Amino acid sequence: MTTPVLEIIGVSKRFGDTLANDGISMSLGKGEIVALLGENGAGKTTLMSILFGHYVPDDGQIRIDGEELPPGKPRAAISAGVGMVHQHFSLASNLTVLENVMTGTERLWKLWSATQAARKKLVSIAERFGLKIDPDARLGDLSVGEQQRVEILKALYNDARILILDEPTAVLTNIEAERLFATLKDMARQGLSLIFISHKLDEVMAAAHRIVVLRGGKVVAGRKASETSKAELAELMVGRRVTRPVREPSTPGAVVLEVRDLGVRIGGVERLKDVDFALREGEVLGIIGVSGNGQVPLARVLSGTLARTSGEILLYGEPVGHLSVGDVVDAGIGRVPEDRNGEGVIGEMSIWENAVLERLPAYSHNGLVDRKAGMAFAKSIIDAFDVRGGTPASGTRLLSGGNMQKLILGRNLSHRPRILIAAQPARGLDEGAVAAVHARILEARKAGTAVLLISEDLDEVISLADRIQAIVAGRLSPPLDAGRIDARRLGLMMSGDWSHAAEATHAP
Amino acid sequence: MRLERREHRPLLLLIGAPIAAIVAALALSGILIAIAGAPVLDAYRRILVGAFGSRLSATETLTRATPLILTGLAAAVAFRARLWNIGAEGQFYLGAIAVAAFGSRLLAELPGPILIPLLLVVGAIAGMALILVPLWLRLRFSVDEVVSSLLMNFIAVLFVSMLIDGVLKDPLAFGWPQSQAVADHATLPKLIARSRLHIGLVIAMVLAVLVYLVQSRTVFGMQSRAAGLNPQGALFAGVPLGRTLVKVACLSGGLAGLAGAIEVMGVKGYVTTDLSPGFGYAGIVVAMLANLNPIGVVFAALFTAIMFVGADGMSRSLGIPTYIADVTVALALLTMLVALFFTQYRIRR
Repeated sequence: MTTPVLEIIGVSKRFGDTLANDGISMSLGKGEIVALLGENGAGKTTLMSILFGHYVPDDGQIRIDGEELPPGKPRAAISAGVGMVHQHFSLASNLTVLENVMTGTERLWKLWSATQAARKKLVSIAERFGLKIDPDARLGDLSVGEQQRVEILKALYNDARILILDEPTAVLTNIEAERLFATLKDMARQGLSLIFISHKLDEVMAAAHRIVVLRGGKVVAGRKASETSKAELAELMVGRRVTRPVREPSTPGAVVLEVRDLGVRIGGVERLKDVDFALREGEVLGIIGVSGNGQVPLARVLSGTLARTSGEILLYGEPVGHLSVGDVVDAGIGRVPEDRNGEGVIGEMSIWENAVLERLPAYSHNGLVDRKAGMAFAKSIIDAFDVRGGTPASGTRLLSGGNMQKLILGRNLSHRPRILIAAQPARGLDEGAVAAVHARILEARKAGTAVLLISEDLDEVISLADRIQAIVAGRLSPPLDAGRIDARRLGLMMSGDWSHAAEATHAP
Repeated sequence: MRLERREHRPLLLLIGAPIAAIVAALALSGILIAIAGAPVLDAYRRILVGAFGSRLSATETLTRATPLILTGLAAAVAFRARLWNIGAEGQFYLGAIAVAAFGSRLLAELPGPILIPLLLVVGAIAGMALILVPLWLRLRFSVDEVVSSLLMNFIAVLFVSMLIDGVLKDPLAFGWPQSQAVADHATLPKLIARSRLHIGLVIAMVLAVLVYLVQSRTVFGMQSRAAGLNPQGALFAGVPLGRTLVKVACLSGGLAGLAGAIEVMGVKGYVTTDLSPGFGYAGIVVAMLANLNPIGVVFAALFTAIMFVGADGMSRSLGIPTYIADVTVALALLTMLVALFFTQYRIRR
């Protein structure tokens, strides 16, 4: 490789108590494709946001062609030739492709836009990189893959030489993803430099020249794609965490929750299809998968906030109809939602109110809320679950993520639920809080609670689950026992390659 | 420099901030008074004298505050649940005309002790009926109620205008568009003899306390607060969002309708199209000034009434336009929003 076009030198960024980026250094050569690999929360997106000027780093600098980029200025980044393709596209769906691409490139006070010149430039770029697109199509009419192409074209239209793609395949089908990587390779051959963010092992091995692995905000390794393997990358990415609690063997009891052929359609789109699983007392069933594969509707159906379209749910052996939140809570099902701040708590309300809100019938008489009992309950959660930073009457928003999660776990586990639906329970928490949350889940398991753990965190699922099923495109794989699982097999399961995953279990 | 959320809100700050806001608003409009060429302190003294200087002016100020408390409560309960009821003006008129219709003819044969409470209920129901239209549009078709409830005001006022020029027209009003008056025994008892101040003030204040208790103590209050603060979270906790909003809307529309009913039964006796000098809209300002706190609404309504009644007196003696009252109230709203912001955030360098 020639001299680097981009250098990131010692970049650090702290958000509150978490160090999202910790002295990260990396470089990118001309015509090179580098994959930035890491789990959710490893700091990939933060790093790229710093590079693109969305965030100002606390420390460190970015150099492009040897010149330092002023921090916190997206415009400077754009004019230096950095283009960003966001995971959630920054496009307007009511404008045409051409209008979207031109947006932001012209001065506001100009009376006429140079549409003809822009069209010519767009068409020539599209031809050069084989990105076929109709400049006059309305963006909202395009498929997600095509919209992404527009986002890429927009970056190229701004004369980007360095292209950053944030989880570009998260929204794509497999065929679309393959086509995207072919395009990226072609771009690299033509002299562009690319960084793409991913947590999928297959695609980084297939598309990147070089792979930089991030974990906990630090660069843990840089490898050439030709000199590494998926197994090594998985290990580097997941790492070994010693402080987490260990699952003791247990004998699961009767099936308490059984789901057969569950299907959910939202707005005509099939989100869940033929989902089957059985959950037994005293076991943790892990549902692993890359986000957006149906975890959210699955958790919602079981939490009582979404109605299923088809299929059967058997609760304690009895088939049940539509489940409301009240039904679910009354049936002894504890719920830990994926989005703590959005769903789990109401930040502007006090801790005691959040503790009793889902059980108001039990904490009220004749329509009057029993404040005293609510306060006492909140106090008992705070004491028993070590919730720090608040009193029963103080605002819930002031709690840190970990303490908020302890509150949510506490209000559920205090009532000794027979079933616990936990969606991404440790997401975004620091190590200490993760360990506490995991310990609580294992404690509940030991007490006989059946736990459904929906998670994207390989490490979490491996350390907690007795059996594991992967969720891919709204379907569940057959279950595999945890004893036969390692990161590589999980990767295969999560990619939808269920037959190979099962075979791999027979290999030494 | 950046803003940081306060972890603790000292009591002194919570009490001091609204006072500071009012002082700041008075200081700012003082500049305008000075520009108009009048002595500022004297102008404010005259406002106070105009509002409280005599038995007549004091009762007049309290009479003016009564509908403002009710429309202020109507806005406060709705806004708490993030239901943007901008239609209190229309609900006020509908409550008023319903009372005029039932109180002058349909129910006028009933004895007073039965008729008065019945009419109050009729007025409240009329207000509820009007708000259910925009609410239904929102729940069924996701129509933004800010626009639909606002537009209902014009429909309501024109509807009232049609009635008082038609079936409900008072034949003794020399051709003026004016409704028939409610029966004498349907008027609200006076609080103080030989004044316009009536028992409606007590009703309004009792309702403020009741609304406060409902919001802070009941299941419905907690659920409506949850629905307003975080609908997603409320849904997850099992709060029936639609049903809660219907209840909130009924409460809000009912209070606004009641304001109209009380204004007719307590002060005017009949309905004209200038029955309300914008009580419905002023209620929004009152609610915001009170930070949506039902008890605060009483004080905010009083402040607004003082400014409006007092400015009349000041205007007469100093020759300053009465619009200074509008300006002061509007400035107070802005300074109050700033003050409330700083009770929640602090500036850090």
